[in-house]
Amino acid sequence: MTSYTNPIYAYRRSPDQDRDVSHHPVIIVGAGPVGLAAAIDLAQRDIAVLVLDEDQTVSVGSRAICWAKRTLEIFDRLGCGEPVVRKGVGWNVGKVFHRNDLVFQFDLLPEHGHRRPAFVNLQQYYVEEYLVDRVSVLPAAEIRWMNKVVGVTPQAGGVLLRIDTPEGDYALTCEWLIVADGARSPVRTMLGLEAEGQVFHDRFLITDIRMKSDFPPERRFWFDPPFHPNQSALLHRQADDVWRVDFQLGWDADPEEEKKPARILPRLRAMLGAEANFEIEWASVYTFQCRRMPFFRHGRVFFTGDAAHLLSPFGARGANSGIQDADNLVWKLKLVMDGTAPDRLLDTYDIERTAAADENIRNSTRSTDFITPKSAVSRTFRDAVLALAKHHAFARRLVNSGRLSVPTVLAESPLNTPDQDRFAGSIVPGAPAADAPVSGPGSKWFIDYLHGVFTLVAFGDAVPAAAAATLFQDDIRCRVVHVRAGSSGSEADSQVVIADSAGLLAKRYDGRPGTCYLFRPDQHVCARWRAFDLAAVRAAIARATGNA
Amino acid sequence: MTTLNTEPNLPAPDDFYDELINLHRGLSEAQSALVNAKLILLLANHVGDPAILRAAMAAALEDVAPRRGSR
Repeated sequence: MTSYTNPIYAYRRSPDQDRDVSHHPVIIVGAGPVGLAAAIDLAQRDIAVLVLDEDQTVSVGSRAICWAKRTLEIFDRLGCGEPVVRKGVGWNVGKVFHRNDLVFQFDLLPEHGHRRPAFVNLQQYYVEEYLVDRVSVLPAAEIRWMNKVVGVTPQAGGVLLRIDTPEGDYALTCEWLIVADGARSPVRTMLGLEAEGQVFHDRFLITDIRMKSDFPPERRFWFDPPFHPNQSALLHRQADDVWRVDFQLGWDADPEEEKKPARILPRLRAMLGAEANFEIEWASVYTFQCRRMPFFRHGRVFFTGDAAHLLSPFGARGANSGIQDADNLVWKLKLVMDGTAPDRLLDTYDIERTAAADENIRNSTRSTDFITPKSAVSRTFRDAVLALAKHHAFARRLVNSGRLSVPTVLAESPLNTPDQDRFAGSIVPGAPAADAPVSGPGSKWFIDYLHGVFTLVAFGDAVPAAAAATLFQDDIRCRVVHVRAGSSGSEADSQVVIADSAGLLAKRYDGRPGTCYLFRPDQHVCARWRAFDLAAVRAAIARATGNA
Repeated sequence: MTTLNTEPNLPAPDDFYDELINLHRGLSEAQSALVNAKLILLLANHVGDPAILRAAMAAALEDVAPRRGSR
């Protein structure tokens, strides 16, 4: 590979290895994007966290490359959004071709006035590097490389771990264990648990090539192109002039043979032209599955990311949903550890994220079934859709090469307070915050004012300053963001005034004067009203924290 | 009409039947299968109403295979 060299992070002996059984409040297994995101979030909330990784580098291979807007917003809150966006390639548009015709086009962010694009493409090794860099400046978080968990024993009040290192093994205990050790999840196996689902009977060649090209960064997917008849292909730009190319090969393909350059080069030449100038950086052959664990919470053990749920990649829902898992779990764990929320709040991690996983599995399965029809009749209908799409608009919407990741709306969550008032728009209880340009003493973007604590966003003069100060003194503190005509000069701990400079906040939130939206620490709406009522806000916070 | 209409609604039934069979004249089995699938999709979109489409699918499955619960 010419474009990137994996860093090596040093193994360091820990003083814990010379002690009997040291204790850490929270241990995370796996320093992939999800484990690292959870570690940063915990450390930012002043919770000491130890991350154990059996290896000593970042992702080998580009793997997850499409980072969704919601993920970028979460990364912004974790202090590492900027490097991802700077290095990565933003894109919003996808095009789907059948043979020589464009049959479907989608724009994932058709409106302006958002800080982040719909997606940024960036190789997973870069994302992990930036997350590791962020962890390294947070004193509350530690990563131990070459620390492999080989034994897991739940016990009263926590979990006992046996860990293997280059210098022998040692034991640790923790109160809470976050499992982020990937698709094969050794910890899941050690606990005798399984993820259930299905394998898709197909094989895909996935390769990264380095190529200078003027192709735009849009996602390009082909059904039955002239250069790869009767199969699918994909082309998508990453950083460093590296391009991701997928070729569907069929179930009978020989994975070992197909990985060889002698097999790959002719396919690439057919796709890109005989004169194209490129180098193969990396290639592998994959078979895809959709699986999930029945439960993501097992006492003091939480499964996140691929360890909890596995998806086929069409739709970019794997890493993106894993990051949302961490985003969902950590604020709840913080409240429970502080003693301000009961243990049952942590059950809602399972309730909310298994629902999200089901939605993601449903979508990825449908896409995979369209790309790899499971029966002759399914293939006939698929081909019928493609044939009709050339001439008929209705059929284009049936063309499914991947329904790209959108943030989960936790519409059925028990933590929401149902609407009593009428609202237009889509930012319902359970929805994540919509961004908008604002003017204010800090950021120019609305989402940055949702600081990872409960936040009441109030349009106009809905909330008196004294009431805001009161809310900030509660056990579970709530900050107020006043949206007014002119912003204030500075940002207090308890409240801030911002101005809706483009009118997009009022538009997106149906934010008439008096309207209040209550956001959870993960920036999902949990309640909204047309007028401020202190008791109602407190009741909604109680409900959103399992205290009601 | 909010329910599936299975009362006579074709103005000249024999003519329609003839056209449907002739649609497939000269087609291979694979081509016929594709044409049938396209016809189903075109007419389904024209009907639009999910309840009617489900009723039609249930009627199609009747006496062929056991009825399944909905997903």
